[in-house]
Amino acid sequence: MAQTLYDKIWDNHVVYSDDSSDLSLLYIDRHYVHEVTSPQAFDGLRINRRRVRRPDLTFATVDHNVPTTDRSLPIIDQISSLQIKALENNCKEFGIPLFDIHNKYQGIVHVIGPELGLTLPGSTIVCGDSHTSTHGAFGSLAFGIGTSEVEHVLATQCLWLKKSKNFEIILHGGLKNNNGVSSKDVILNIIRKIGTSGGSGSVIEYKGDYISSLSMEKRMTICNMSIEGGARAGLVAPDNTTFEYLRDKVFSPKNESFEQLLDDWKDLRSDHGAKYDRTFSINIDNLAPQVTWGTNPAMTVDVDAVIPSPDEYAKGNDEEKKSAIKALKYMDLKPGIQITDIPIDRVFIGSCTNARLEDLIEASEAVKGKKVSSNVKAMVVPGSQQVKLAAEHLGLDEIFINAGFEWREPGCSMCLGMNPDILKAGERCASTSNRNFEGRQGTGGRTHLVSPIMAAAAAIAGKFVDVREWI
Amino acid sequence: MEPFRNLISKIVPLDIANIDTDQIIPKQFLKLLGKTGYGEYLFFNWRYDDHGIPTKNFVLNLSEFKGRQILLTRENFGIGSSREHAVWALKDYGFKVIIGVSFADIFYNNCFKNGVLVIRLDKNIIEDFFSSKTDEEFEIDLSHQQIRINSSSYSFEIDPTLKDSLENGTDEISKTLQLESQIKKYEDKKNLTIPPGTPPIL
Ligand code: SF4
Repeated sequence: MAQTLYDKIWDNHVVYSDDSSDLSLLYIDRHYVHEVTSPQAFDGLRINRRRVRRPDLTFATVDHNVPTTDRSLPIIDQISSLQIKALENNCKEFGIPLFDIHNKYQGIVHVIGPELGLTLPGSTIVCGDSHTSTHGAFGSLAFGIGTSEVEHVLATQCLWLKKSKNFEIILHGGLKNNNGVSSKDVILNIIRKIGTSGGSGSVIEYKGDYISSLSMEKRMTICNMSIEGGARAGLVAPDNTTFEYLRDKVFSPKNESFEQLLDDWKDLRSDHGAKYDRTFSINIDNLAPQVTWGTNPAMTVDVDAVIPSPDEYAKGNDEEKKSAIKALKYMDLKPGIQITDIPIDRVFIGSCTNARLEDLIEASEAVKGKKVSSNVKAMVVPGSQQVKLAAEHLGLDEIFINAGFEWREPGCSMCLGMNPDILKAGERCASTSNRNFEGRQGTGGRTHLVSPIMAAAAAIAGKFVDVREWI
Repeated sequence: MEPFRNLISKIVPLDIANIDTDQIIPKQFLKLLGKTGYGEYLFFNWRYDDHGIPTKNFVLNLSEFKGRQILLTRENFGIGSSREHAVWALKDYGFKVIIGVSFADIFYNNCFKNGVLVIRLDKNIIEDFFSSKTDEEFEIDLSHQQIRINSSSYSFEIDPTLKDSLENGTDEISKTLQLESQIKKYEDKKNLTIPPGTPPIL
């Protein structure tokens, strides 16, 4: 029977199926671990005198609450420091490789997995973080898990899973005549259309000419935010772009073993005639840059539009209308306001959605030779040490610093504000991250999600601008 | 894990859709190293004002809802971050059952791993609970998969394995470790789709 890519990866990893239930035991090829969702899992192992079954398939880094300021100084936040220390001790005790705070490969877990060649096509990948969906850009089945599951994978290298539905999203067209529009705008637009629960219970496979035309970095941005559309994971079938990206990465297989894998990887695509539970098509010719106005990523409009009224947004759904009213109040916005009239206080260019080299290059194009508006505090937080190094090699740090941006050390930073990088109550931020939930970037902070170039341009202008007219 | 026992309680009606885990437990409380002690921070930003004083109108602060063990919510509860701290906070606060129209996948799984029963019901039933059942005793009967309220009863669906693990408080890891020979067989035969990573030399 014709199978989808998801069906194939699933079948390939079933260790055991229990006929009396919908659950199967799946083997996990890669387990990424970070400091926030793991301490309780390691405790569980110790209490039950269990070991880590495959430390060689487990990789750890610190990202969520590391400071992004000078790394030679001690960490001021004692509790963060304890959590970081706990991970170091746990990795030592259980023999897990760790990219610690001083390591040259340290970075946001979803940035380093791919760039180091640990994330490979056809594999199963989990991490105690919902944006693990990022790795699906390589045609791997990758999804976030809770801490109990982290413990389960550490102990068994397997997980009990119920098979998700197959959801196909076909992206037609290309971004013609719209300079400055990127894959971030595409995924925001998709979430706006399918809603934050549109992908619930599903694994989304992104297809179509547009996806094939994208670089790996841009595909990662799309897969990263699949979870914001409610999906468990996002997938893109691997192709030459994928293979070329992986060749020569630090830890990717080398020489003959790479060539051998390549043969297998080439079969990783959905069969002709494979059945999907749902299909959604979208034409992205002429797509405008997107800006969120509310407190979930589906509350999004075109940059040249106005804030919708709760009725327009809700289209007859009472719950959504209530959510929109609550969101407008929280965001201190009113229907009818032009997006490009909204002034901002902060700009954050960073996160596992948009802090890779290409993102920083694009953002720098809007900044070169200009100055950050005097009302705005702006910062760039590269996704990893390697991204930072490469960016500095290109002189991007100078472009940003000369314009008045802060140039920081890698970590999650203001994506979730577990470290000192937070918004003050009432501050409004143009952010390249993935969540605009209430208080996400700091209690009372107001987040507008945008692409890197939109965020950079907003920093200069002090308000949102339509980058299509700007560059 | 403690086995789930049938229970009788009134509900706490939390009439908001699309509640994300950042609201259930804000990130500043994710730095603890244990699994308990999160209850006092549950819904922190809605429950307390800027000075740490309990807000007047939030349901958790209303005296008539204190001590209730069932949370009633609407669509799409638990979206966003995978943080299991959200479940630890709900559980630590005293919730044993969460009833709603729909739940985010990761959150749903996390609940069962911690012995919290999640019940999905039709939108109209939930609407009825909100409008006319906030002062009724709910009897939650897991083995018969039923909620009984006065003379009415409502059936719910649950995966047999999840039900079994709740009823017996099964330690899932022990159960999986009993399949050691299968796991080993898989590892041996595979041709692991990818070769094991070379542990980086650090
Ligand atoms: S950057 Fe943000 S979304 Fe990504 S892993 Fe870190 S906290 Fe999670």
